[in-house]
Amino acid sequence: MDLFEHQAKELFAEYGVPVPTGKVAHTPQEARTYAEELFAAGSKKVVVKAQVKTGGRGKAGGVKLADDADEAEALAGQILGMDIKGHTVHKVLIEEGSAIAQEFYFSFLLDRANRTFLTICTVEGGVEIEDVPHDKLALIPISPLEGVDRAKAREIAVQGRLPEAALDGATEIIERLWAVFTDEDATLVEVNPLILTADGQVKALDGKVSLDDNASFRQDHEKLEDKASADPLEAAAKAKDLNYVKLDGSVGIIGNGAGLVMSTLDVVSYAGEEFDGQKPANFLDIGGGASAEVMANSLEIVLSDADVKSVFVNVFGGITACDAVANGIVSAYKLLGERGETVNRPLVVRLDGNNAELGRQILQDAALPGVEQVETMDDAAKRAAELAAAGA
Amino acid sequence: MTMAIWLTENSKIIVQGITGSEGMKHSRRMLASGAAVVGGVNARKAGQTVDFDGKALTVYGTVAEAMAETGADVSVVFVPPKFTKDAVVEAIDAGIPLCVVITEGIPVHDTAYFWAYAESKGNKTRIIGPNCPGIASPGASNAGIIPADITTPGRIGLVSKSGTLTYQMMYELRDFGFSTCVGIGGDPIIGTTHIDALRAFQDDPDTDAIVMIGEIGGDAEERAAAFIEQNVTKPVVGYVAGFTAPEGKTMGHAGAIVSGSAGTAQAKKEALEKVGVRVGKTPSETARLMRDIMKNL
Repeated sequence: MDLFEHQAKELFAEYGVPVPTGKVAHTPQEARTYAEELFAAGSKKVVVKAQVKTGGRGKAGGVKLADDADEAEALAGQILGMDIKGHTVHKVLIEEGSAIAQEFYFSFLLDRANRTFLTICTVEGGVEIEDVPHDKLALIPISPLEGVDRAKAREIAVQGRLPEAALDGATEIIERLWAVFTDEDATLVEVNPLILTADGQVKALDGKVSLDDNASFRQDHEKLEDKASADPLEAAAKAKDLNYVKLDGSVGIIGNGAGLVMSTLDVVSYAGEEFDGQKPANFLDIGGGASAEVMANSLEIVLSDADVKSVFVNVFGGITACDAVANGIVSAYKLLGERGETVNRPLVVRLDGNNAELGRQILQDAALPGVEQVETMDDAAKRAAELAAAGA
Repeated sequence: MTMAIWLTENSKIIVQGITGSEGMKHSRRMLASGAAVVGGVNARKAGQTVDFDGKALTVYGTVAEAMAETGADVSVVFVPPKFTKDAVVEAIDAGIPLCVVITEGIPVHDTAYFWAYAESKGNKTRIIGPNCPGIASPGASNAGIIPADITTPGRIGLVSKSGTLTYQMMYELRDFGFSTCVGIGGDPIIGTTHIDALRAFQDDPDTDAIVMIGEIGGDAEERAAAFIEQNVTKPVVGYVAGFTAPEGKTMGHAGAIVSGSAGTAQAKKEALEKVGVRVGKTPSETARLMRDIMKNL
């Protein structure tokens, strides 16, 4: 899960990392009130920052400076509702302006290639890190066994060529950000820019944090979830423990195993090229089991997407044999019937692997309305795309 | 005698978490497929026995004790995510040569920790996984949850990030058969990589050709391509899943995510093709490519 900038900064503040004073506003009026508070407390300028989980906010016009509360209100009015790379701005951060003497870059992240953690630190901050020449970056592996203490933090700041005036402040911040990274089970903690102010303080002027969803058993991160802008179908699927991602096509997809489902999306897209560009409507991995309840819940979620014109159930029987999957589909239809729902769009089923023939026989005997069986994945994808085009 | 990589007919397997429902179910399946499962580990149930269709296996208190008593050289880990780090560290401390971590949903900080721990102990323990189906050498042994009976022994080596695509490939090429199939898992940090398996298959006299299955996220496939160019002379066929995955969305596997322009399926395919790997557009086409190679060997 990625955090908003303001959430990242609130987290930083909890760990003693200095950040500018600020509050989140959802309306121009709120923005005005908070700006008035900041000016009253002595701010010379106030920053209005769009809160969206994507980069390039500044270039898109989502970050502006205000000289008074009127201007802050007007700017918030412009920025709220703005679309930045497909993300609608629902809130703005109203923050005291900082007198920036120098900007740096700092992050802790996963190094997948080396199977460890990595820190990146450089005196060249405030720009896209990808644009900074490699010889200007300190890229230092961090052992999960050793972590980052005061001495290591200072070494990182020195190697990033941070100026003498910023070393003490940066060292303390780096040590605290390491605590954020480990204690919160983060996979990314990035500060760009980390600034040295005119009066010699070091502060996190921005913050980007990604948290590991696998750590939910020991972290209380649920409160940080952005339920408001979650896709309603994704939220409903999550509530039913289904691994579902909404896409924008017309062929509903249900399959077992993340790799097979990703592959199914690809194969359906290729097949769809012949049928007016039909595309997959979703990713849905039912995992190892295929009980009637999981299948019924899956069909319910996929069919509640009005864009879905056909459904492709693609199952390879590995651990779960195909006869169990077929029985799951038959029972799912009954279960949906009991819930007062009908499957009113065509279903293409491909069963292969363990006990495939038995599974196919069960489905054939059940003669469920709208269910067709196709033997191979490629042909089934074609048929599902064809049916989606016909139903459009 | 069947040859294979890492797991052979002489492998003796213990199961960490043998008394849990998953551990129990898959111990039974491993035994049924002919694998030599020789015991289990659960500190709270040490001394008990678990019966598998007439074969009673002892539950030991520690991995070290189980190894000493049974001669085990492979451990398969089924314990829940919150206990997995400790279980793997225990296996490393005991010095077991192969530890296969099936458990899904382990925090990546825990995986990074036990990987670093294994390194600090000189990498005496090969870790496969986590969040993987395990490793199977058809006709010889089976450590994990791979349904070994859908294929036959043969001379193809398979390494894959995806479980179900592993099974599908094993099934489609069952007439040729496999030396060893390794599911390395789809997490951001994993123990054994594509490169480790490619190196082992290249060195294995009983593997003639290799299927490599990748998916979006990270750059493991690109690095594997560079490795193949320098070190692999056996024919390699590839498949990459996730061409149509949207940017920024995790597709099932924790590691399967396109971030910005990094980790795309297209980049992986291009990197593999550039070094002469034939990449199938679909799993079935990939199987056909391998079929052609095996026919002409």
